[in-house]
Amino acid sequence: MNNWPLWEIFIRSRQGLDHKHVGSLHAADAQMAIENARDVYTRRMEGVSIWAVESTNIHASNPDEADSLYEPSNDKPYRHPTFYDIPKEIGHM
Amino acid sequence: MNHLFQYTIRLADNASILGHRLGELCGHGPILEQDIAMTNVALDLVGQARSFYQYAAEVEGANHTEDDLAYLRDNQDFRNLLLLEQPNGHFGDTIARQFLYDAYSFAFYQGLRKSKDATLAAIAEKAIKEVTYHLRWSSEWVVRLGDGTAESHAKIQAGLNSLWRYTGEMFEMDETDNQMLAQGIGVDLVLVKTAWLAKVNEVFAEATLTLPSDKTWMQKGSKKGIHTEHLGYILAEMQHLQRTYPGCEW
Repeated sequence: MNNWPLWEIFIRSRQGLDHKHVGSLHAADAQMAIENARDVYTRRMEGVSIWAVESTNIHASNPDEADSLYEPSNDKPYRHPTFYDIPKEIGHM
Repeated sequence: MNHLFQYTIRLADNASILGHRLGELCGHGPILEQDIAMTNVALDLVGQARSFYQYAAEVEGANHTEDDLAYLRDNQDFRNLLLLEQPNGHFGDTIARQFLYDAYSFAFYQGLRKSKDATLAAIAEKAIKEVTYHLRWSSEWVVRLGDGTAESHAKIQAGLNSLWRYTGEMFEMDETDNQMLAQGIGVDLVLVKTAWLAKVNEVFAEATLTLPSDKTWMQKGSKKGIHTEHLGYILAEMQHLQRTYPGCEW
C-alpha cells in the first residue's frame, strides 16, 4: 500500500460551478481514488462531483520561468476589456 | 415482554457495537485514506445507533435516555449480533466482518423501510443511503483482497471462514421477530437471508473466494444476551467514563 500512485482530486461543490483542486491522495486505481476522495474530501457536504487525475499526468509550468511567461502581459492593459461601457441590460460579465 | 423495545434495542446495539469496533481503528488504519473511510462508516453507525436508542428509550417508557441505554446496561442486556463484537484482527478480518454485516443490513433495511412503524421506517430510510455506500466499500475490498495476491486471498478467505459461524443467528426468527413480523413492523429474515446469500455469492464469485461449508457449526445466543468473551472488553472501554463519572458531559 506504500507504493500506490498519487492522485489529484478536483471537486465541484455545486451545480454550475467549476471543479476545483482540493488536494491529493493515494489510491491503487481510478475507482479507489474516487472512493477515497469521497471519504477524504466530501465529508462535510462539499461536493456533487469528483474528478481524479493521476498526478503524473499533470504537467506544470516552471515557476522559474514566471518572468518570461507572465511579465510581458503586465504592460498591455488594452488586453483587458475595461475600455468598454457595458450596457446595463447585460449585467455582470 | 415489550417486543418493540426488544426489536429496536437489537438494531441499536448492532449499530453501536460495530461503530465502536470501527472507531477503535481511528488512527490505526492501514493507510490514511482507509483510516478515514472506516471512521466515516463508524460515524454513520453511531448515528444510526443514536436514532434507535432514542426510539428504544421512548418505547420503553422507563425514563431512560439514549445514553443510559448505551452506557449503563450490562453485557447480558446487550443484543448485538455476535459477528459485530468480534475483534478487528487484521485489515482482511475487518473487511470480512464488515462485508458480511453490510450485505445483511442492506437487505434488512430494505425490508424495514416498509415497516408499519413510522419511526423505524424513517430510520431505515435514512440508514439505507449510508449502508449502500458501506456495502459498496466493503464489497470492493473483498474483491480486491480475494482477487489480489496469493497472500491477500488466503487472509480474507481465512477471515471469512472463521466469521462464518456467526452468520447463522442473523437469520433466526425468535418470538420477538415473529411478533413484529406479524404486526407488519418487523422484517422477514427468510427474505433477508435470500438477498444476503445472493449478494455474498455474487461478490465471492468476483473475488474468487469459496463459500464456507454450509455444515459449519453456527454459534448463537445474542438474541438472549449470550455473547462471546469479546463484548465485555468492548463495554469496559466504551462505558468506562460514564460508569466512573456518572452523568459526565463535555
